[in-house]
Formats: sequence, C-alpha cells, structure tokens
Amino acid sequence: MIEFQNVHKTYRVDGRDIPALHPTSLRVENGQVFGLIGHSGAGKSTLLRLINRLEEPSGGQITVDGEEVTALDANGLRRFRQQVGMIFQHFNLLASKTVADNVALPLTLAGEMSRKAIDQRVAELLARVGLSDHAKKYPAQLSGGQKQRVGIARALATKPKILLCDEATSALDPQTTASVLQLLAEINRELKLTIVLITHEMDVIRRVCDQVAVMDAGVIVEQGSVADVFLHPKHPTTKRFVQEADQIDESEQRDDFAHVPGRIVRLTFQGEATYAPLLGTVARETGVDYSILAGRIDRIKDIPYGQLTLAITGGDMEAAFARFTAADVHMEVLR
Amino acid sequence: MDVLLHYFDKVDWADIWVATGDTMLMLSTSLLFTVLVGLPLGILLFLFSPRQLLEQKATYGVLAFIVNAIRSLPFIILLIVMIPTTIFITGTSLGVAGAIPPLVVGASTFFARLVETALREVDRGIIEATQAMGATTRQIIVKALLPEAKPGIIAAITVTAIALVGYTAMAGVVGAGGLGDLAIRYGYQRFQDDVMVVTVIMLIVLVQILQTIGDKLVTHYSRK
Repeated sequence: MIEFQNVHKTYRVDGRDIPALHPTSLRVENGQVFGLIGHSGAGKSTLLRLINRLEEPSGGQITVDGEEVTALDANGLRRFRQQVGMIFQHFNLLASKTVADNVALPLTLAGEMSRKAIDQRVAELLARVGLSDHAKKYPAQLSGGQKQRVGIARALATKPKILLCDEATSALDPQTTASVLQLLAEINRELKLTIVLITHEMDVIRRVCDQVAVMDAGVIVEQGSVADVFLHPKHPTTKRFVQEADQIDESEQRDDFAHVPGRIVRLTFQGEATYAPLLGTVARETGVDYSILAGRIDRIKDIPYGQLTLAITGGDMEAAFARFTAADVHMEVLR
Repeated sequence: MDVLLHYFDKVDWADIWVATGDTMLMLSTSLLFTVLVGLPLGILLFLFSPRQLLEQKATYGVLAFIVNAIRSLPFIILLIVMIPTTIFITGTSLGVAGAIPPLVVGASTFFARLVETALREVDRGIIEATQAMGATTRQIIVKALLPEAKPGIIAAITVTAIALVGYTAMAGVVGAGGLGDLAIRYGYQRFQDDVMVVTVIMLIVLVQILQTIGDKLVTHYSRK
C-alpha cells in the first residue's frame, strides 16, 4: 500500500516559492492500477516522482507497505528503489546498450545475481514482453512500441512490487498505445503488481485503471473508482476530460436537441444492467415513446457500461422514470 | 619537370624522420596523460555544474576558474610559465620530456571542457532512469553516462589530438624538436622552403590519419 500523508512539494525558482503539489493525502491499495490524470503542470509528474523520491518532498510522510520512504537514508533509498520499477514517456533506454543489456542493467546495478542467472532472467522478461527475437538489437533499431516494451521488461527485472508509469503511452500511436496498455493490464493481473500511472488521456484511465485521481493546479480535485468518476464526473476538470474522451461537446449537443420534443434524460447503465432489455420493457409497460439522441456502449477496464441520451414523449412519464431508477440505472434529467 | 623532381634533393631525410618520431612521441605520450587527467576533470566539472548530480556551486566555480585561466594562456606562454613546474616533474625543462607537462596541462583543460559537454549531451532521462533503478552516483557515471557519451568522448579525443599536433610545433622553443620545430628552423629561419613543404605535408598527413581513425571509431560506437 502506498500512502501519502499531507505530502507537499514546493520548488524555489528565482527566489520565489512555486507550489507544485499542495498538501495531499492519498492511498493506493496493493494490486491496484491507480491513474492520475491532469493537464501538464497539474503536478501529477511531481506526485509520481515523490513515490520513489526522484523528487524530494518539502513536507509530509510517504509510506509504502508500512516502510516510511521519506525517512530512508541514501542506502535504504537505493534498496527501496530496486523494488519500484519505472517506465517513461520517452523510454529512457541506453542507446549504447543492446535490448538484452538494457533489461539486464537494473540487475547488474543491484549486483546480487550471477551473470548466468541474469541472462536467464533477461530471456524470461523479453519473452513476456514479446521481444525475444530482438535481444541483440539496439534501441535505435526498434519502433516506439517495442522500445516501451523493453522499458517495461527493464522495469520488471528486479521483480518490483510497484510499477510507476510516467506518460508511458503519450509518445505512441493509438494502436501501439492499446497494445502497451494491454500488456500493463496483463502484468497487473498476473504479477499482482501495483501500478501508478500518470496520463493526460482519459482513455488510458478507462482502459486499465481501477482507481483514478484527477489533478488540477497541484491539488487532487476528484478521486474514486474509474466507473464512478468516468460516468458521473463532478469537478469541471473531470468533466472536461470525460468529454474529451467521448469527443462530445455538451453545449453543442444541447443546441442540437433544442427542437426535439419531450423530456430529455441521460441513462447510465453499468455491469450486467448494460445488457438488460430495459428500454423496451419500460416503454411497453408505461406507454412512453423514446428516441435515442446519443449513446455509447463500451467498457471501463472489464466493466461494460452504456450511456444513452433519450428523448421521451407520451405515456406515463413519471412511472417510466421510477422504473429506470428502480432498475439500478443512473438517471439524469437533462430537460 | 626537372625542377620539380629535384626540388627535394637537398632535404635531409634523416632529420625529417627524427622530427616525425619526436612529434609522434610527444603526441602519444601527451595524449595519454591528457586523457588520464582530462577525463576525470571533465567528469568532475559535469557533476559539480548547476542542476547536475553533485551540484556544488563553489567547487564548480573554483574548478571552472582554474580551467578557464589555463585555457586563457597561449600555449607558448604556458610553456615558459611552467618551466619551474616542468623541472619539478620531469627533472628537465628541455627536450621532449620538457615539453610533455605543458602539453598535458594545456590540452587536458581543453579536453575536460569537451568531456563536460559530451556528458551534458546525454539525455537527462537516462540519469533519471538509472537513479530510479537505485544506482549509486558512481554507477550512474560508469554504467550509464560514460557508455552513452562514448562517441562524444572519442570525438573529443580526436579534436584534442589534433590540437596537440599544433601545440607540439611550439615545443621547439624548449628544444623538443618535432616537425613543427623543423619547419620553423629550416623553412622560416634558413629559407629552406623545401624542408618546410615536406614538414607541412607530413603534418597534413598526420592530422588526416588522426581524424579518419577518430571518425571511424565514433561511427563504430554510435548506435543512433
């Protein structure tokens, strides 16, 4: 478990104190994929780097599995860092070393394994990320997605408990992003690894995260399970991220619906409810008519969800609303 | 045609070969010590400089000032200023032995700055990644920074070697001999332009060889 207690960070630039992270308390359970989303400069990168103290906190306490990271001396910190893997937006592989040597680096630095044991571990890791055939190549000969896979293999070399991902897919195209995220989800599932990732794309959060924290100007403004935050965003920043991900502009949509008669509601289905034949049943029983104005059926990590905007006319409208609410569906009346 | 063929008749080739040998001896010895002194100095300059691993404003300031001060001196002045130090180190201020210490001092400060620049060219992300692995500062330098900067450092050695060829020409002042000295004494002072032409050709060939070897090694070690 990663725990922040009133952790804050202030940079001193030209004699002025610039707060990067306001006092923040946070808890990441073991085995979770925890996403931090925010625009650049929101403080998410600082927060991530505080976990392995690549950034020193200005105050507060950070503990990982009961060990107080903020109290470690230089030696203790080095040992702790060997248990925390990290991958980066620009991969940060050594251009002068082969793929295999890059993956072996954390192990040779730790100096606890024989050359033979290291070679064996490297072979395992490369097989896991699907790069066994590329062991002797240099990073410059690989594509972006392959480089990130090397980064992941390298980060996993010392069998860490935690993996920190710094915008790990931001430099990749959508297809490669999907495959790297899939690999991360696989690792999380199979190795029971805790993953903390930062991103500015809601889609990344939606695909792999269990929990999400939304950051704005050095403060966590909203936090919760991805389904809750994604489907019922509260803070303006969160709403903006969700709309970006859905590629819809709410005000524009309202204008489009201006001429549509009846009440307009938005229904959000989650889990099994997504597949229940609710709309038809309710329409039959209450005599309302509906037309679908906008909608989306998708998944948040492994949970299916649907979000439909409906125009409802005629029949017993109140009874229909009551039926929707009773059916474990979240309903918002838009008009 | 005859004039051309007989132009080099009066050149004493034994002198030329002795001078070439002296130049090569001065060059190889001073280059070796320049790398031994300049590489650690360059690494220290890099580490102590602002926003780097061992940021130390005061130490960096002092080191940088000394390096700059030495580099401000024209080599010919350094050669003379250093005479007492040279005698202390080698027992003589004359000949090839007398030329080596000033050559090393002059070139290693130059080389150190090139090493500092080559290290600064290494992506900061590499340092961050190795730090995140739990590397010590020493490991970061040996296992990551130096391998990554290797092509840049080889290029720096090449540039320094060629600068040293130029410096050795002035070492004739302390009787160190060499091609440059031969060119000045015979070609300039005795109007034997044939000797001058031969030495110039030898120097050009030497510099071309150094540059070619350097470029080949840089290409060999570049993985970009």
